[in-house]
Amino acid sequence: MSLELDGVEASRPFIEAAQPNHPSLLDPTHQLDALFGVVNIPNVVWIDEDGMIVRPPEPGWPGPTEYPPSLAARLAERAQAAEAERQQALAEGRKPPVDLMAQLRSGQDREAYPDALRDWANRGADSPHAMSPDQVVAASGNRSLDVSAAAAHFELANHLWRAGDRDTAFAHFNACHRLQPDNWTYKRQAWSLVGNERVGGELGRLTQVPQPGEEADWPFESNFDADVAQLEPGSYYPRTM
Amino acid sequence: MLLDRLDADPIAFAEAHGWEIKPEGACKGEVCVPLPDTFALTDLTSRLGMAVVDEPTRDLWAIGPETVGGRALVTASAPDPDLVDLEGNPFRLSSLRGTKVVLVAWAPY
Repeated sequence: MSLELDGVEASRPFIEAAQPNHPSLLDPTHQLDALFGVVNIPNVVWIDEDGMIVRPPEPGWPGPTEYPPSLAARLAERAQAAEAERQQALAEGRKPPVDLMAQLRSGQDREAYPDALRDWANRGADSPHAMSPDQVVAASGNRSLDVSAAAAHFELANHLWRAGDRDTAFAHFNACHRLQPDNWTYKRQAWSLVGNERVGGELGRLTQVPQPGEEADWPFESNFDADVAQLEPGSYYPRTM
Repeated sequence: MLLDRLDADPIAFAEAHGWEIKPEGACKGEVCVPLPDTFALTDLTSRLGMAVVDEPTRDLWAIGPETVGGRALVTASAPDPDLVDLEGNPFRLSSLRGTKVVLVAWAPY
């Protein structure tokens, strides 16, 4: 399910490239966050034959991550730049900046996830990875009134953005992000809208920080690099199995 | 859910959010929240711990999800929202009963 509010065409190229033989659906309003407790992408939910959730949303992958060439090239550039910055800092006796890529790779074991899925596919309720209903509810993440309000602000922001009321949309996106700072679908979605406008192209939506020199013109109180840098290691994709 | 008025029908609202109104109150899965004999939408949102956020310039309110129990899920019984595919065709998760389902949330960003 694609959690993208910016129109069907944003998701279409990926779905068509994958040529899935499974249902491929759209969730433009990020219902999955309010309904299931999704807080990032990718997040995976396991549901059994009777419609019972046996694992609530968690980071999950089908296997090792493969990037398209353009993205792989950009990531390699960033890794080189980050390493150069790190060496510079050490040479100058300064504390090196946070390694963002290491932050994103920490936490959930990406290689183990598909094995666990296959185990459940084969063994069902006998799989040690399948949870009881009480365990599922307990593991589904905190929901305070602030978190409920974050979802409400996101819904308003989405509606206002699509209606062209940008400033009011940004106000609600910012309120949303303040109220549920560990919800990354709400954050990445919002940042990507402006990143895509400013940069465009194949990697436009992956641009979630202000461009150099444009920091004063960034409408959000947060951005991807600044927020990820503040995280405890392993908390962006928390280990759940 | 977005509303342009807060005096909307509370029972229809409850059902749209997966809560069934029974003699015991509003029920979802094994959880029931008592309700007074007559109740307005704001009674329901208050009892279920749903945030109400307004955008006064547009006469719009958004109601957030329930917080009873303090967890994202009230029950392990999977919600069954109205979904659409790329072509706009409707789809429901409940159409997949009888098979295991792995629901993957992804995005172009």
